Amino acid sequence: MVSGLINENPTVYERKERRVRTDSTNTDEFSVEPIDQLEIFDHIRDIRDPEHPYSLEQLKVLTEDSVEVDDHKSYVRVTFTPTVEHCSMATIIGLSVRVKLMRSLPPRYKIDIRVAPGSHATEAALNKQLNDKERVAAALENPNLVEMVDECLSPSFE
Amino acid sequence: MAALNNLTEHLEAFVDVTRSPTHHAESLRAIATSLEKSVLSINQLVVEMDMYLTTTDDVVRARGRILLLAEMLDYLKPKPLDNAVVNSLVGFFTAKLAEWRSVRGALTGCLALIKRKGVAGLVTAVDAEAVAKSMAQSVQVQSLALYDRKLCFELLECLLEQYPEAMINLGDLMVYATCEAIDGEKDPPCLMVAFHVVELLARLFPSPSGPVASEASDLFEFISCYFPLHYTHTKGDETSIPREDLSRGLSVDSLKCLKDCAVNYGVSRMKKHYEGIWSAIKDALYASTGTDLSFGLESLTSPGFEMGEIHREAVNLLQRLVKQDISFLGLVADDIRVKMIFDTISRYSRYEEMLDTSKLEVLVVSQILSVSARASVESCNTIFETFFVRLMNTLGIVEKTSSGDLVHNENSTVSTRLYHGGLHLCIELLTASKDLIPSSEEDSSTPESAQQSWCSIVNRFSVSLIEAFTSAVQSSNDDCSADAYLGVKGLLAMGMFRGGSSPVSRSEFEKILTTLTSIITANSAKTVKWELALKALVCMGSFIDQYHESEKAMSYMGIVVENLVSLVRSSHCSLPHPMILEATSEVCSTRPTYVEKMVQGFEEAFCSSFSDFCVNGNFKSIENCSQLLECVTNKLLPRLTEIDGLEKSLVHFAISMWNQIESSVVFSYDFNGREFVEAAMKTMRQIVGVASVDSQNSIIQKAYNVISSSTLPAMESIPLTFAALEGLQRDLSTRDELILSLFASAVIGASPMASFADVKSLIKLFMVSSLKGYISAAQALGSMVNKLGTGLEEACDTIFHESSASGNNTSSVDSSKSIGGSETLLAKICLGFYGSLDLQTRAITGLAWIGKGLLMRGDKRVNEIAHVLVECLKSTNSSGNALHPSALKHAADAFLTLMSDSEVCLNRKFHAVIRPLYKQRFFSITVPILESLIVNSQTPLSRTMLHVALAHVISNVPVTVILDNTKKLLPVILEGLSVLSVDSEHKETLFSLLLVLSGTLTDIKGQQSVSDNAHRIIECLVKLTSYPHLMVVRETAIQCLATLLELPHRRIYPFRREVLQAVTKALDDPKRRVREEAIKCRQAWTSISSRSTPF
Repeated sequence: MVSGLINENPTVYERKERRVRTDSTNTDEFSVEPIDQLEIFDHIRDIRDPEHPYSLEQLKVLTEDSVEVDDHKSYVRVTFTPTVEHCSMATIIGLSVRVKLMRSLPPRYKIDIRVAPGSHATEAALNKQLNDKERVAAALENPNLVEMVDECLSPSFE
Repeated sequence: MAALNNLTEHLEAFVDVTRSPTHHAESLRAIATSLEKSVLSINQLVVEMDMYLTTTDDVVRARGRILLLAEMLDYLKPKPLDNAVVNSLVGFFTAKLAEWRSVRGALTGCLALIKRKGVAGLVTAVDAEAVAKSMAQSVQVQSLALYDRKLCFELLECLLEQYPEAMINLGDLMVYATCEAIDGEKDPPCLMVAFHVVELLARLFPSPSGPVASEASDLFEFISCYFPLHYTHTKGDETSIPREDLSRGLSVDSLKCLKDCAVNYGVSRMKKHYEGIWSAIKDALYASTGTDLSFGLESLTSPGFEMGEIHREAVNLLQRLVKQDISFLGLVADDIRVKMIFDTISRYSRYEEMLDTSKLEVLVVSQILSVSARASVESCNTIFETFFVRLMNTLGIVEKTSSGDLVHNENSTVSTRLYHGGLHLCIELLTASKDLIPSSEEDSSTPESAQQSWCSIVNRFSVSLIEAFTSAVQSSNDDCSADAYLGVKGLLAMGMFRGGSSPVSRSEFEKILTTLTSIITANSAKTVKWELALKALVCMGSFIDQYHESEKAMSYMGIVVENLVSLVRSSHCSLPHPMILEATSEVCSTRPTYVEKMVQGFEEAFCSSFSDFCVNGNFKSIENCSQLLECVTNKLLPRLTEIDGLEKSLVHFAISMWNQIESSVVFSYDFNGREFVEAAMKTMRQIVGVASVDSQNSIIQKAYNVISSSTLPAMESIPLTFAALEGLQRDLSTRDELILSLFASAVIGASPMASFADVKSLIKLFMVSSLKGYISAAQALGSMVNKLGTGLEEACDTIFHESSASGNNTSSVDSSKSIGGSETLLAKICLGFYGSLDLQTRAITGLAWIGKGLLMRGDKRVNEIAHVLVECLKSTNSSGNALHPSALKHAADAFLTLMSDSEVCLNRKFHAVIRPLYKQRFFSITVPILESLIVNSQTPLSRTMLHVALAHVISNVPVTVILDNTKKLLPVILEGLSVLSVDSEHKETLFSLLLVLSGTLTDIKGQQSVSDNAHRIIECLVKLTSYPHLMVVRETAIQCLATLLELPHRRIYPFRREVLQAVTKALDDPKRRVREEAIKCRQAWTSISSRSTPF
C-alpha cells in the first residue's frame, strides 16, 4: 500500500449552484418527467473523493456533461476523469458511482462507467474492470471495499 | 393544600440524582410556579425541605438544600421578595461557599440574588461585600469544574458591575482574588468573562498607586500569556467562528474604532493620520463594493447594490471625518482615482459596456462623493462646486441664465450625452443633497441668507437636468432597462427636494409629475418603464404625505390623481383596464384625500359601465366592472387599516352599487358568465364584513328596498310544501339572480349585531332559493342561523317546523314533535321520500350549511341534522327505497362543508359566532355512529361514502384529537385509505386522510398502536406508493414508510423485503419528486439489515 496521498494537492473547483427546476409538474398531474442528465448528475455529484474531503464535483472528476442518458433505452453512461493519470483510486471512484446509480436508478437501467479517454494510465483495464458484472459483484463481496464505498457515498444521501 | 402535597413529590424528584435532567427541570418548574403565584412562600419551602437540609447524605443535602433553593431564586428574579428574606438567603449562601460539595448551589444562589434588579428586593452593599470576601477567601476557582469556574467569573463580574463601592472597600483582596482565579484558566468562554473582570477592575482602581497598579505586573503576566491569540479553527466545529467571519469582524471593529477615535481625539490630533485613514477607507470601499448595479424595480429607492457591514462602517467613518473637519475633503478632492472619474464616465455610454474595473470606480467614487456631500452643508457646497458643475459639463447639461433661458453655445456641438456612469453619479449626489434641506420647523431658525450654494447650483441646472432625465426615459426601449431606470430615478431624485427652499420650482416639479404620469398613460403594456414610473409616483406621493407638503399635494392631485381617475372613468383609452386600476389604486393610496377621490371615481366608473352594459349590451363594460370590483377587493380592502376614511368611502360605494342595480330595471342582455356576479358578491361580502354595524344596517336596509322592488318577494309566498317545492327550477331573471346573490352576500358579511327586519320572510326567501339551487342562499341561511340572537327560534321554526305543517298528508304525521329530525319536510326531501333528485341534492347541501351555522354556535339542533345526513348515507331510506348515488355523494360532501373552514362565509372575518372546540364535539358525536354504520353497511357504495364522510371529519379535526384516539382510529383510517384508493374521484380526500395517518406515525402518543398495527400500515402504504392518480399521495406514502423506521427493529424487520420491492418500483416513478423520496427511503430501509447489502 502507498502510505502517502496519490494526489497530494488537487485543484478544488467551485461547486455549481444546484439548479432548482421550474415546476411545470404542478400543472399536469399525469405528465411524465423523464430521468435526465441533471437528475443523474444530482445523484452522483456529492460522492466524496476516497482520499480528500471534497466531492467529485469539486474535483471536476464529474461534470454535468460527463453524464449521458437515454431514458427510453434505459441506458446511462458516466465518464469520469481521475485527477492524476496513475490514480489507483479510480477503481474505487468508478465503483462508488456505479453503486450509487444502482441504488438510485430503476433496475431496468444499464449502467456504463468509463474513464475519460486519455485520462488514465491503465484506461482499458479499468474500463473493463468497472463494467464486468462478475468482477463488480466480487468486489462488493469484499467488506473492506464495501465499507470504503459506503463512506464515499454517505454525503450523497444527505 | 394540594400545592404542598405535590411539593414533597417534586422535591423527591429533584433530589434523586438517578432521574433524568428533564425530569429535574420539570419538577423545578413546578415548584417555581407555585412560588411565583404565591401559593407557597419561601419560608414554607424551607420548612418543607427540612429533611433534605439536615440529612447526613452529602449529595442529597447539596442538591436538596442548596441547588434547589438557588435554582429557585434564579427563576424568581422578577418576583419581589422581602428584604429580610433576601438578607438571610445571602447570608446562607455566603456561608455555604466554603463547603465545596455545595459550591455550585451557593454560587448559583449568590449570582441569582446579586442579579436581582429594581423593586424585586435587593442585596445590600454590606451583603455583597460579604459575598465577595467569602468568595475570595474560601473558593479555589481553578480547582473547580468548568461550569463552576464560569459561575465564579460571572459572580465576580456581577459584583464589580453592580456594587463598585463595596468592591473598592475590599481593595487589594479583590484584585488578589481575581489574579488567583485567572491564573491557569484555559477555557475560552471563561476567559472572555475573566478579561472583562480585569477590565472592570482597572476601571474601579484607576489610581497609579492603587491596588491594581501594585498588582499590575502579576496581572499582566497572567493575561499576556494568552496573547497573541492563535486562531486554531477546527473543521466541523459548529460553535467556532470561521476565518472569513473573523477577518470581517476585525475589519468592522477597526473601522468602528477609528470612528470613535475621530470623535474623541478631535481634529488636531487626528489630522496627522488623515492620509493613512483615507487610504484605508478607500481600500475598504473598493474591496467591499461589487460591480453589480441593479436596474430593478426594488432598487429605485435604495443604492442599487449590496452593502456589507464593512462598507457601512467605512461610509460612517468617512462621513464622520468630513463632518468634523472640512479639510478632509481636500484629500478626497485631490485623490487621483476620484479625479479620474470623469474620464471613466465619458469613455462609455452604457453601463453594460463598462469593464468591471470601471464599474467599480464609478460605484465607489459616487459613494465617496455622495457620502461626503451628505456629511454637512459645507461639504455639500464644496462637492457641488468642485464636481457637480464639472459633471454637468461632461454630461453636456447646460445651465439657465438669470433670465431663465438656457445658455446655448451656438458654435459648440455640445448636446446632452447620457453616460450611464455620469447619470448614476449625478443621481447619487442629488439624493445625498436632498437630505440637507432643513425640515420646515428648523427652517425658521436658519436665516434665508444661508441659502446654500449647492442649492443654487442645482437650481441653475434643474431645467436641463429634468430634460436630460426625461429624454433618458423616453429614449429607452424595452430591452434596455438601464436608461429607463436611471431616467426615472433621476426624476424621482429631483422631485424629492422638500420645503420652500427646494432648488426645484413648482413648475418644474409639476413637469416631473407630468412626465411620469404620461409614461403611465402612454404605455399599453406592462413594461419595466411603466412599473418604474408607477413606483416613483407612489414614492413621491408618500413623500408628500409624510412631510405635509400641501402645495405639492395640490399639484399631485391635479396632475396625477385626477388624470388617472379620469382614465378609470372613461371607458375608451389605450391602456388596458387592469393597468389603469392598478396604477390608480397604488398612487391614490398614498393619501386619504386621494383615496376618497379614487373611490368616487370608481363609483362613477362602475355606475356608467354597468348601465352601459344594461342598455347597450356592451360586454366590455361588464368586464371592466368585474375588474374594478376585483381591484376594490384585492387592492383596497386589505389596506383598510392603513388608510383613514376608506371604510366610509367603501360603504358609500356599496350603497351606490345597490342604487345602480335598482335603477337599471331592465336588463336587455343576459350575462354570459358568472364572473361579474362572483366579483360583485365578493366585494359586497367583504365591504359588509369590514363595515361598522351602523353601516351594515344601512346597506342591508338599502338591499331590502331593492329586493322589495324586484320579483323576489313572490318567492316568499311559495308555501314550503312538497307540492309547491317540487316544480322549483332555477328560473330567476338575471337581475333577480344578481339581487339575490348580492343580498345573500350582504347577509353573509353582516355581524350578529346587525338587525334584520323580517326574519321569517327572509328565511323563507333563502329556503326557497336554496332549494332552487342557489348555494349563496344556503350559505346565507347558515350565516343567519349562526348569528341570529332572539330570532333564532323563529328561524328554526320556519326552517324545520312550519315546513311540515302543510296539507301534504304523508308528512303530517305528528311532525311537530321533532325539531330538525327526520320527520320534517326538509329531512324527508333529503332522504328522497319525494321530489326529484335535483331537489334532494340541493336540500342536502342546504341542510349542510344550516347545520354548519348551528354547529359553530354550539346549538343542539345540529345533532339531528347530523342524524339526517347519516341516514342519507345509508343505501336505503327507512321506507326501503334505494337512495340515488348522487344523493349519497352529496351527503358525504356535506360533512366536508360542516367540518372544514370556509373562505366564503361563517368565519371570523364575517363575524361568525364560533364556540370553541365545536369540531371536537362534532367529531365525538359522529365518529362512533359512522364507524358502526361502516361495519353494518349494506352496499359497497354506501360503505365508500361512509368512509368519505368519516375521512372528512377525521382530517378536519385538530390533530391532537386524533392522537388521543389513535388506537381506536387507526384501523378505520387504514380501511378508509384502502377503500378510497379504489376510485380516482376521492383522491383529494384520500390525500388528507393520508396526512392524518402520517401525523400519527411519529407522535409519541400513537406509537404503541402504530407499532401494533405495523403490518397493516405497511401493507396500506406499500399499496399507495403506486397510487396512480395523485403524485403527492405517492410521495407522502414513501415518506411515511421512511418514518416507520423509527419503530422498534423487531416490528419492522419482517417487512423489509416487501417495502424494498415497492420502493424500488417507485424508483421508476414518472415524477421526479417521488423518485427522490424513493431513493432516500430505499437507502434507509436497506441500511437496517444487519449486513450491509450493496443493492
